[in-house]
Amino acid sequence: MLSRDQVLHVARLARLELTDEELDRHAVELSKVVDWIDKIAELGDLTDVEPTSHVVALTNQLRDDEPRPSLPVDQALAAAPDHDETGFRVPRVGGT
Amino acid sequence: MIELTAAQAAERIRSGDLDAAEYFDAYRERCERDDLNCFTWVAAESEQVDTSGPLGGVPIGVKDLFCTEGIPSQAGSRILEGYLPPYTATAVKRLRAAGAPVLAKTNQDEFAMGSSTENSAYGPTLNPWDRGRVPGGSSGGSAAAVAAGLVPWAIGTDTGGSIRQPAALCGIVGLKPTYGAISRYGMIAFASSLDQAGPFTRDVTDAALLLAAMQGADPYDSTCTGLGEDVALPTATDLSGVRIGVPDELTGEGIEPGVQARFDETLDRARELGATVEPCSLPTAPHALAAYYLIAPAEVSSNLARYDGVRYGLRVDGAGDLESMYTATRAQGFGAEVKRRILIGTYALSSGYYDAYYGRAQQIRTLIKRDFDAVFERFDFVATPTAPGVAFELGAKTADPLAMYLNDYCAVPMSLAGIPGISIPAGLTEGPPALPCGFQLAGPAFSETRLLDAAHALEQSIGFDSTEVRDN
Repeated sequence: MLSRDQVLHVARLARLELTDEELDRHAVELSKVVDWIDKIAELGDLTDVEPTSHVVALTNQLRDDEPRPSLPVDQALAAAPDHDETGFRVPRVGGT
Repeated sequence: MIELTAAQAAERIRSGDLDAAEYFDAYRERCERDDLNCFTWVAAESEQVDTSGPLGGVPIGVKDLFCTEGIPSQAGSRILEGYLPPYTATAVKRLRAAGAPVLAKTNQDEFAMGSSTENSAYGPTLNPWDRGRVPGGSSGGSAAAVAAGLVPWAIGTDTGGSIRQPAALCGIVGLKPTYGAISRYGMIAFASSLDQAGPFTRDVTDAALLLAAMQGADPYDSTCTGLGEDVALPTATDLSGVRIGVPDELTGEGIEPGVQARFDETLDRARELGATVEPCSLPTAPHALAAYYLIAPAEVSSNLARYDGVRYGLRVDGAGDLESMYTATRAQGFGAEVKRRILIGTYALSSGYYDAYYGRAQQIRTLIKRDFDAVFERFDFVATPTAPGVAFELGAKTADPLAMYLNDYCAVPMSLAGIPGISIPAGLTEGPPALPCGFQLAGPAFSETRLLDAAHALEQSIGFDSTEVRDN
């Protein structure tokens, strides 16, 4: 069972603001999901099983290190909620 | 011209018997009349494409989460409302290059998280077989649009069943290729180790045409290998020598009787066509769904960190500082299911839980892969019902996440193993109401050509007729 405080902690880690109503709801729903997920304990000791993070047997597929054009700055900025000519604008970070 | 399959239409356009512009307009008008909420955008006019290409000018529906330059690409989310990407996904570029203009963007569950298309910020899509029911998901708009004949064909994405399950619930063909067959570049990410694009079509030949056009290595996606060979169009009419394994763990218990009946009947057809059909076992498969609901949300919690109100999409100011802008933007921009998965994934990756959850889920993924490897030593393919049930009523499962997740019970093991699976219509259940259900055939990695051939032979034998949902 996940407590309200645990949900609040996880939500903070994920930068999610939850209303009181959402907190109550997620505490109940997430507990059900986590209880169900806990059934993976039934498989017993898996110490000797290698984890699979990815099914493709490729590592470090790199292209040749040759310069080529990239996205123009104005296009990269075009969808931003707030920007000037060269960068994204965000609320002030840190003290005044 | 609506009765033509895409391959037939492409052939007629190439030979000059059908005018590409007229064909496009006929479908465009059908899209405009859509009352199933299949679309988030419909083209005003056709793009210029080379109609002499393999896709012959036949227009296509594209799931909203594929980035299309200058065309809204919102992934079913409020947080990307109105987003116009500065570039186009490789898969869509390849379709255009092969002669398919983009006709419409299709509705989906938000960021592809869902099995009913009810999680879209732009409203649910309805199932053309019964408008009180869901089309499945997450690619429900693509599936419903193809079934209703609003587009000749479409593409979607499948992370844990999001192509196969809606194809089954809408009575059409849906193919999830081998992981890495088609570039993920420009696909708005859900779970990157699982996401794979694929076709929705009326028949297996059309699916092969789209796969052939989209697959291939891409320097913009380091996990994309392509299939390593050209995709041959399917021709098989029998299954002599084909060995089909039926996993005990994914059949029988938990499958609705009406769906199981059509499944058993399809296995009988396979035997009549010359296949050997025998039981087999995927011992870890009953744990696949739980492992999936750790791995996919863990990747979600990381992938969706990019929605921070800075570079694109919604921004909500909050209390005026940066962190409160982040949290307020995400609170308003994401829907309930997306929040739920971010929370599950963040929890599973958090300090003290990582080994017991995410680490263990990755070990289960290894066991599932081994299960399939062992089965494919004895069998060419495994067969299961695509989904445990038929299309359900709108709202029936929205209050119970676990009931919704169970829709993908038969589809998720293949996703974790990275292997291809195709769903073909197995017929209608007895009813009432009589509704379509799917037969899933899955093969080893990169076995697409053989898989399409086998599916084609079965499709010819089943002779499923879906014209009734297109005639309006």
